[in-house]
Amino acid sequence: MTAPVTAQSIGAISCHVCGLLVSKRFIAEHRADCPRCDAALHSRKINSLNRTWALLIAAAILYIPANVYPVLTLISFGRSTTNTIMGGVIELAQSGQAVIAVIVFVASVFVPIFKIAALLFLVVSVQLGLKVQRRKRALLYRFTEFIGRWSMIDIFMISILIGLVKLQALATVTAGPGAIAFAAVVIITMFAAMSFDPRLIWDDEGNDNDG
Amino acid sequence: MEINKDFSYTEAFIACPECDLIHSTPKIREGEQGRCIRCGALLFVRHKNSLNRSLAFALTGLMFFILANLFPLLTFQMEGQSESNRLIDGAIAFWNAGYWELGIVVFISSVVAPLAVLLVLITLLLPMQLGRSPFSPQFQVRLLSHLKPWAMSEIFILGIIVAFVKLQDFADVSVGLSLVAFVLMVAATVMAYLTLDEGALWSRLKEIRA
Ligand SMILES: [Zn+2]
Ligand SMILES: [Zn+2]
Repeated sequence: MTAPVTAQSIGAISCHVCGLLVSKRFIAEHRADCPRCDAALHSRKINSLNRTWALLIAAAILYIPANVYPVLTLISFGRSTTNTIMGGVIELAQSGQAVIAVIVFVASVFVPIFKIAALLFLVVSVQLGLKVQRRKRALLYRFTEFIGRWSMIDIFMISILIGLVKLQALATVTAGPGAIAFAAVVIITMFAAMSFDPRLIWDDEGNDNDG
Repeated sequence: MEINKDFSYTEAFIACPECDLIHSTPKIREGEQGRCIRCGALLFVRHKNSLNRSLAFALTGLMFFILANLFPLLTFQMEGQSESNRLIDGAIAFWNAGYWELGIVVFISSVVAPLAVLLVLITLLLPMQLGRSPFSPQFQVRLLSHLKPWAMSEIFILGIIVAFVKLQDFADVSVGLSLVAFVLMVAATVMAYLTLDEGALWSRLKEIRA
């Protein structure tokens, strides 16, 4: 198959903010920013693979304290219950809230692991020059980028509980240090997804005899 | 595909944002969309009356945002004592408990970014509606694209639902007026985004400036 016609192959850059197609000749002669929206123009995200790697490693390390340390403590009538992320899910399931338990499990446990694994796979597949299933990998990236934010459910839930439940002797909810690590995992993986450039999946298509 | 490579910048072609493949800008009708033939990414959308409708939704969203800040979100009762919270109380509670990082994160994602998105849309679209150029459309469009991932109101709603369910186990919880307003604000914001056609935005700006 012949090499596909891309912005890169015709010597142009597509603005990542407004989508205007700008020729490199224009950039060299006039300005480095988009003539329509003034955004800095880059053919590919800068240092995409290294940045994504670094952020993924940081997220994977923080994933441990995020799950080991408690995220919240409830004190009611002198009795205190402390929950980790997973403990919160189990407690919801035990109290018969199956649907909510599944939602929280997916958002807080499944999504962060899935996201780190999926981005790791995408980065490695680009570095190894994998030539198959490009469209599926593109879809995987789009899905990963979409679901990442939903892990914030637990952080918002904790913020609401600690802001609401403060009836001194009767009931008080306090946050635990696991919450900081967990929020950091969510935000760092969001940055990791943003720093990965999905165009890298396609860049070597048509350069040789592949499908 | 025949491409005249001798352009400075062009709207006749666009490159797919996710795979870089060049497509010629099609004549698609209102209500239709165009996807990349190689990777399936969404490339074009056309909406009827895009800018007016987006502005209307953004104004509606702002109104509900203000309402959402006036009343309690949830009210919690136990042994005759009760406690309510407002939208910003979660962020404040984190801050007061010494978790200032989380306070900032929650404040930005549930209050600042959702409000900023609406204000940017309004300050962009309202002057255009009146036939005037916004103060800096370039800056405003870039700001909007940076704000978008951090405005997490829809996720905040799920957080409220989970908190509500957890509290139900040991206390009486009731939904406040603000929660209704907040849900409507999220719906209006989503609609403002969905109806906004950036192609129409740039061409309208060109007309205004001409
Ligand atoms: Zn641009
Ligand atoms: Zn594409």
